[in-house]
Amino acid sequence: MSETLLDIRGLKTHFHTFGGLVKAVDGVSFQVDKGEVVGLVGESGGGKSVIGFSILRLIDPPGRIEAGEIIFDGEDLTKKSEEELRTVRGGEIAMVFQDPMTSLNPVYTIGRQMDEMLQLHTDLDASARRKRCIRMLEDVGISEAESRLDAYPHQFSGGMRQRVVIAIALLAGSRLIIADEPTTALDVTVQSQILKLMRRQIAERGAAMILVTHDLAIVSEMADRVVVLYCGKVVERGRTEDVISHPAHPYTRGLLDSIPRIADRQRRLQQIPGMVPDIRKLGEGCSFRDRCSRAQPLCAEKTPELLPVRHSLDAACHYPLNEAEA
Amino acid sequence: MPFHLSNDGTTALLGYTIKRLLQMMLVLFAVSVIVFLMMSFTGDPVFMVIPIDSTTAEIEQARRLLGLDRSLLSQYWIFLTNLLQGDFGRSYVFRQPAMDLILERLPATIEMVLVAITLATVVAVPLGVFAGANPNRPVSRGIMAGSLLGISLPGFWVGMMLIFFFSVRYQFLPSSGRGETMEVMGLRLSVLTRDGWSHIILPAVTLALATLAIILRITRAGMMEVMRQDYIRFARAKGASRRHILFAHGLKNALIPVVTIFGLQLGDLIAFATITETIFAWPGTGKLLIDSIYRGDRPVIVVYLMLTAFIFVAINFIVDIVYTLIDPRITVK
Repeated sequence: MSETLLDIRGLKTHFHTFGGLVKAVDGVSFQVDKGEVVGLVGESGGGKSVIGFSILRLIDPPGRIEAGEIIFDGEDLTKKSEEELRTVRGGEIAMVFQDPMTSLNPVYTIGRQMDEMLQLHTDLDASARRKRCIRMLEDVGISEAESRLDAYPHQFSGGMRQRVVIAIALLAGSRLIIADEPTTALDVTVQSQILKLMRRQIAERGAAMILVTHDLAIVSEMADRVVVLYCGKVVERGRTEDVISHPAHPYTRGLLDSIPRIADRQRRLQQIPGMVPDIRKLGEGCSFRDRCSRAQPLCAEKTPELLPVRHSLDAACHYPLNEAEA
Repeated sequence: MPFHLSNDGTTALLGYTIKRLLQMMLVLFAVSVIVFLMMSFTGDPVFMVIPIDSTTAEIEQARRLLGLDRSLLSQYWIFLTNLLQGDFGRSYVFRQPAMDLILERLPATIEMVLVAITLATVVAVPLGVFAGANPNRPVSRGIMAGSLLGISLPGFWVGMMLIFFFSVRYQFLPSSGRGETMEVMGLRLSVLTRDGWSHIILPAVTLALATLAIILRITRAGMMEVMRQDYIRFARAKGASRRHILFAHGLKNALIPVVTIFGLQLGDLIAFATITETIFAWPGTGKLLIDSIYRGDRPVIVVYLMLTAFIFVAINFIVDIVYTLIDPRITVK
């Protein structure tokens, strides 16, 4: 069918902190096909963002990629040198950060920060670069683009800044965009604008996207496939429709139930009982068992493996929900 | 556009400059009052200028000549009115205008200070950037330990040690004076001759050491803070080189406190290079100040301190303008 662009196999990114070893990403595997949008979902501290940074090898000590392969377009990024990575970063894979208020450098103009991307990854001359920057700003819906090039980040609103960040990410024609909670810091009204914009721009350019978010509603709207993470492990992955309509893992079910629905006001808002356990103290067994209504003795003894449950749906659960229950 | 001053940049800058000039007047006035008052407590200067065997009548006459027989208020009034006419008073000792005495020696001090602060900055900033960006490397810890030494060692001791090693033991560099100078546009400068350089190097190093350490530590602290910011990570995600990230993205954001300290240190070095100038017999204003204090040469001390205040205010003004060049979020009002 479609070609695999990114193949992450058994990725382990650990942080050696004073408080103990934090296995932020612990054996994560998933694929991203060309032109596909994959949603990485989970609660805070689930290791979603760390995966994004691991792909670009932007993990700083005390963090370290301990094991696994990150195959991008046939080449393993974990084996590349810092110098080789510089052409990948921004050129092949670009990133959009969570907080647009802090991801632009306050002391340089928008134009200069955009131009930097093109200088690094293209051979265009100054006037061609300028034209491309203006085009890109227009594409992300910024009016009077030419005069805005000379503006500084603080002269923009949060939503506008995120548009600029997205423009920068798309500028050099990257084939994969990693968007780390791109709308979390924005007003709700602006969120949907930005998401639509991203979806359209990425589709137009035929790029793929990894959308990191805690918001299943966003994922159901944006993603082709979903990877659900819990305590650094993939607990469920599959096509978005399948995961949303018939999840196999109780955690995914819980996440879905905690989305408020206006149509269903009689129903009390569900929540997953308990809290995410201390990731430093996980032993053998399923990390979700203490919060799970279906937990059995086996769940504490043996860590469930990620196995196919139904067509195109994998889950790491000893007692997955069947289609009727879900 | 060098200034980020909303729409009407030049007008804003002009208004700001005028405001700061008025402030400067106020500061200088305050300094003159304080200095004048302080001077009146430090003994009767008439005994510094008369021969030791003078008669009472001669002393009285000298007093009248110097205007010391009048009340403090009227002395100050005379000083102030003369000042506004550009007359800063005459040295009791040299019988020359006090301002001329100081201006004659100022180039020597400024020259030494500029060499010192350039040396300090050129060494301190890259080291500070490195130490701030790699706080856990052993080299960084070494740099920080060294900087602590630089702050703690007193200048007079460092100066004497340098003289001991380079001038006495190895006879490699001269220990005193300015050496051969060359005159350019009425200024006598040592840095233009080889011999002058060999003379300036030891005092400049002595003077630079503490400043180097302070600028280094400020740069490091700023860099440590800045390197945690998202925009640094974003720059890395763009594929920018390490060097570019450190100096273009990092340092520029860490520069505000560095520039502040730089300005303060510059003023400090110009005004109070006294100890270093004394050790190396460098004929600058610091040495003049010490000599004038010994001789009770009041006019020179007053003018010197007012000039010092002026230099501080002027440097601070420039530093404020530099802020707006570094960070577009800062504007002058």
